Amino acid sequence: MNIIETNGLGKRYGSTWALRECSLAVPAGHVAALVGPNGAGKTTLLNLAVGLAAPSAGGVTVLGGHPAGSPAALDGVAFVAQDTPLYKNLSVADMLHLTRNLNWRFDQRYAEIRLGELGIPLKRKAGKLSGGQQAQLALTLALARRPRLLVLDEPVAMLDPIARHDFMALVLTAAVDDGVSVVLSSHVLAELERVADYLVLLSRGRVQVAGEVDDLLASHRVLTGPAAEADRYAERPVVHVRRGEVQAHLLVRAGADDPVPPRWEAHPVGLEELALAYLREPGAAALPGPTLPGPALPGPTLPGPALPGPARDRALPLEDGEPSEVTR
Amino acid sequence: MPGGRAEASPIEFRLDAASGVPTYLQLVQQVEHALRLGYLKPGDQLPKVRDVVASLAINPNTVLKAYRELETKGLTAGRPGQGTFIQATLSQVALPELAGLRKALLGWLAAAGTAGLDEDGMVALFTSALRDFHERRRSEPQGRGGAASGEKEGVA
Repeated sequence: MNIIETNGLGKRYGSTWALRECSLAVPAGHVAALVGPNGAGKTTLLNLAVGLAAPSAGGVTVLGGHPAGSPAALDGVAFVAQDTPLYKNLSVADMLHLTRNLNWRFDQRYAEIRLGELGIPLKRKAGKLSGGQQAQLALTLALARRPRLLVLDEPVAMLDPIARHDFMALVLTAAVDDGVSVVLSSHVLAELERVADYLVLLSRGRVQVAGEVDDLLASHRVLTGPAAEADRYAERPVVHVRRGEVQAHLLVRAGADDPVPPRWEAHPVGLEELALAYLREPGAAALPGPTLPGPALPGPTLPGPALPGPARDRALPLEDGEPSEVTR
Repeated sequence: MPGGRAEASPIEFRLDAASGVPTYLQLVQQVEHALRLGYLKPGDQLPKVRDVVASLAINPNTVLKAYRELETKGLTAGRPGQGTFIQATLSQVALPELAGLRKALLGWLAAAGTAGLDEDGMVALFTSALRDFHERRRSEPQGRGGAASGEKEGVA
């Protein structure tokens, strides 16, 4: 079952496409990370999936085929928006009361036990809680609806390290205890490696990479070797090149058993390095999704511009301002 | 008998984000390490998946993968509804032999130091040699194959 499935999904605001031709199938039972630079379309995609926005093109279904926003979909999906929406002047107990009355299913006992464990007093006003506690409260309210899909938009962006850890622990425990599937957006790449086992990389409104993290990592390698030979390496699609005067690093699509050219060393790649490499190469794509058209992994024919090709003249202006090494 | 505590596990996992070792592998290695050092013995229970997830905030599938790997290695066995338990010890090299190997290694370290290698250099050389060793073992049937003229091996 696909927990989220989109087909040619697009959303246009005025004359600008925030999301385009997005075809995606995220299987159930994962913690899926939606990653991309600011403005890539993450929030748009999530809003479409939870039914807060209507598509301009294509369609999106959740929970195995229910159209987003339909009663069955609304019932099984819980969403915590970016700014942790709470009524700041209501007490925690009142927030529980309100949420219980706005939803036909609400597990009051679950909510009270969780809040007790978290040390969040029921009488305190939501606005007086710490940032971490506010996030925990919003998450608890969402989980007490007993959803099958939990959607979180930038859940930990504003939290300190301990609050982040505790927040993610609560999310992941819900995934173990109740089998909740999770889709969360983030641009904190480093933390995702532990948390996510499915990656969706969005760039400029398009899906660039989608797949199980293990599969993605197993099908990519970093090759380090003499820069002079970097261009000659063409046995496998090259995703990204980082080149010094003498030494170069190539991120290539290749498994552990693929041959390594003489004088080159192969290293496994981490999730962060992989995601960054793709973000710097908007033309490269890896879409091994099960229901998507196209070749299975590993395959040299990719959608998008022709690969391999180190694309030395393609420098992506990233928002973090780091220059791309590709241009050297 | 101290066997009464079915719930608690003798070990706790920790994670080193900077190590570059995949998370599931860190868990596997920590169990193996605890076995070698005697912190874990047959019959002991590994931490419950839920507890590991809650304390480390990591993906449940990562823990399951680590536990599967330990089971495949024959070190643990899952008991339905109860958890994962240690069922084997790690074969250790006999102590006298270990002492001999250690002595030989210390001799090598001294030689490397005399030759002017600092500690980082020694680690780099050892790691690189270990990798060669590993590669050679893997491609044993075909012999050494592509070791062409271009390569220099440093010390002979």
